[in-house]
Amino acid sequence: MEWYDFLFFIEVLVGGLLSGVMYSLVAIGFVLIYKTSGVLNFAQGAMLLFAALTFVSLVERGIPFALALAITLLIMVALGFAIERTVLRPLVNRSPMTLFMATLGLSYIIEGAAQLLWGTQVHGLDLGIDDTPFEVYGVFISKFDLVAAGLAAAMVGGLSAFFHWTRIGLAFRAVADDQFAALAVGLRLNRIWGTVWTAAGFVALVAGLLWGARLGVQFSLSLVVLKALPVLVLGGFDSILGAIVGGLIVGAGEKLAEVYLGPFVGGGIEGWFAYALALAFLLVRPGGLFGKKLVERV
Amino acid sequence: MTFFRSITAAAIAAAVSFGATVVRADEQHFPLQSYRVGPYAAGGTGFFGGFIDYLNLINIRDGGVNGVKLTWSEGETQYEVEKGVEVYERLKSNPGIAAWNPLSVGIAYAMIDRVTQDKVPLLTINHGRTDTTDGRVFPYVFPLLLNPYSETSGIVNYIASKEGGVESLKGKKIVVLYHGSPYGKETIPIYELLAEKYGFTVSQIEVPHPGNEQQAQWLQIRRERPDYVVLRGWGVMNPVALKTAQKTGFPAAKIIGNVWSNSEEDVIPAGDAAIGYTAITTQASGNTYPVVQEIQKVVYDAGKGNLEDKNRIGSVYHNLGIVNGILNVEAVRIAQEKFGQRTLTGDEVRWGFEHLKLDPARVEALGAKDLFHSINVTWDNHEGEGYVTFQQWDGKKWNVVSDWIAPDWALLRPIIEKSSEAYAAEKGIKVRTAEDADAIVN
Repeated sequence: MEWYDFLFFIEVLVGGLLSGVMYSLVAIGFVLIYKTSGVLNFAQGAMLLFAALTFVSLVERGIPFALALAITLLIMVALGFAIERTVLRPLVNRSPMTLFMATLGLSYIIEGAAQLLWGTQVHGLDLGIDDTPFEVYGVFISKFDLVAAGLAAAMVGGLSAFFHWTRIGLAFRAVADDQFAALAVGLRLNRIWGTVWTAAGFVALVAGLLWGARLGVQFSLSLVVLKALPVLVLGGFDSILGAIVGGLIVGAGEKLAEVYLGPFVGGGIEGWFAYALALAFLLVRPGGLFGKKLVERV
Repeated sequence: MTFFRSITAAAIAAAVSFGATVVRADEQHFPLQSYRVGPYAAGGTGFFGGFIDYLNLINIRDGGVNGVKLTWSEGETQYEVEKGVEVYERLKSNPGIAAWNPLSVGIAYAMIDRVTQDKVPLLTINHGRTDTTDGRVFPYVFPLLLNPYSETSGIVNYIASKEGGVESLKGKKIVVLYHGSPYGKETIPIYELLAEKYGFTVSQIEVPHPGNEQQAQWLQIRRERPDYVVLRGWGVMNPVALKTAQKTGFPAAKIIGNVWSNSEEDVIPAGDAAIGYTAITTQASGNTYPVVQEIQKVVYDAGKGNLEDKNRIGSVYHNLGIVNGILNVEAVRIAQEKFGQRTLTGDEVRWGFEHLKLDPARVEALGAKDLFHSINVTWDNHEGEGYVTFQQWDGKKWNVVSDWIAPDWALLRPIIEKSSEAYAAEKGIKVRTAEDADAIVN
């Protein structure tokens, strides 16, 4: 491999890893809900769209950036608690498939409500982060992607600290381990679930802003969940670390596959390669790289 | 707030469409498979808004077309094919239908057999299946102004004009970045053909749907160091392409967008990365054209405008809707000259479209000088030799940067006929003659 080709390989790899971090941002929202309630929240993409659309609509109405961020966060908190109260609580103890279908329906409701409230126009979102590249030994690296990676790292660090060193984090872990045991020791499940949905709303806001700055704030934002699903299969549905590692593997894997395998099969393989990778992992390690092994008494 | 405006607009739309669906004597009806919600709502509201605004202008200003009032009814499709077909089946029994205008490749494909059986024109302005240009095989389908092959030729001719003529294309390198769908792939053989003819090299790279991740493709582009990149995108793929180009150091000024990568919705989300980007169009944007100004004065000032946001008047999709309205209304007018000033049948309107000739003088008389160039539809050429122009985004608005350019129709016609004749053979369709086209069947 010549030096130029090697540099190109590094560039594809770095670009892929940084893209993977963006997938991880979405995947973390799924993990939070799944970890504590066992629900695969398909509405995470719709929440991301709702958060970004709300924020950008407020900013366009002249509300200062920080205030718009605070108002959006409050709205996401209210949304989180409303979902817990009106959807999850009445469906408690139903099968995982029922809960999944409920979140699927919820995603359509949130998408529709977002367009009804804020209109159907496409919006640009400028977070003030420069998206021009800089060169390191001939390799172009995006400043925006680096900032996104930094934010993701900070969020993972913050969430990990929250789970390990706070009382509510301890309660989360207790609920994640065994809901009935958690109830038996007096933990209020409803409040915990409400808080978890709020946290997922916060993650949706951060991911929505970063993805919105990348794609524009538009309906297609809700489709980024499709990138998060193979990440979850790879990393495990209940591991934040898994979401990060899974995102990096998917991001790097699909970019390298597109560049080096794509030309042999006509190109355009990026869309399904991540799923093929996830499927292969599923066959050898059903719980994902960092997911909890499911052991059931039969 | 938008929510309350939406409720009011929905109530008014319901009332209007209820009134509009009841077609009385001397009314010509346009059923609309619109999409005002869902992923492509921004384009749908602009296009159908412009179309309805023009129909309203004709009704308010002229009392209809020679006294025949224009009516319409809407069915929401969300750009989904099955919903589009459902709306077709629901609205097709409305009396006095002039033509269908779905503005969706998928829905149009699903309607070809249906409209042929029901004998009502199907318009796919600037899009649709290329070989429907051949009216000998597709009597009821009209890809007005521009089919995908002509678009390809128009883009190559524009690049040639920038380089100093077609001779200068020799040795150039062009990358086509296309959407991973039948729409995106349709022009692959034409780029190959033109590359061979003019001596440039072409590399065609696919972006999987929806196109929200393009790092790998743009790194490949950077490695190939092309002279130009043609962006044949759709939806979110377009702003992501422009942003990723910036991220990988490729200049926007060297990117040429196709007709579905040319709207404000494609560039605004890309922010500064879109400045200098150029795209093809059949209709210029802006509100300086007399017909657009008249719509503002007659329709919007009377509170009957269809767009919720008046700032969108004159946008790319709104102006496309207006031009589409002009073409529909003029086809009805031409058909009336032959069949009488009354409600026409679908087949009579088909005849009108097959005689739709608007030269630059007539276009100017309609208040659309420089909005679009001209059209000349015949019984066997359903595209109508539309000219194209190119607009450049300056960060706030599109600016026209070229003259009107003619695609190489003579080169493309044999390829189109080969495809349409193969379709006719496969489906057992009798190829029409000029006499067949002149006969009215209902």
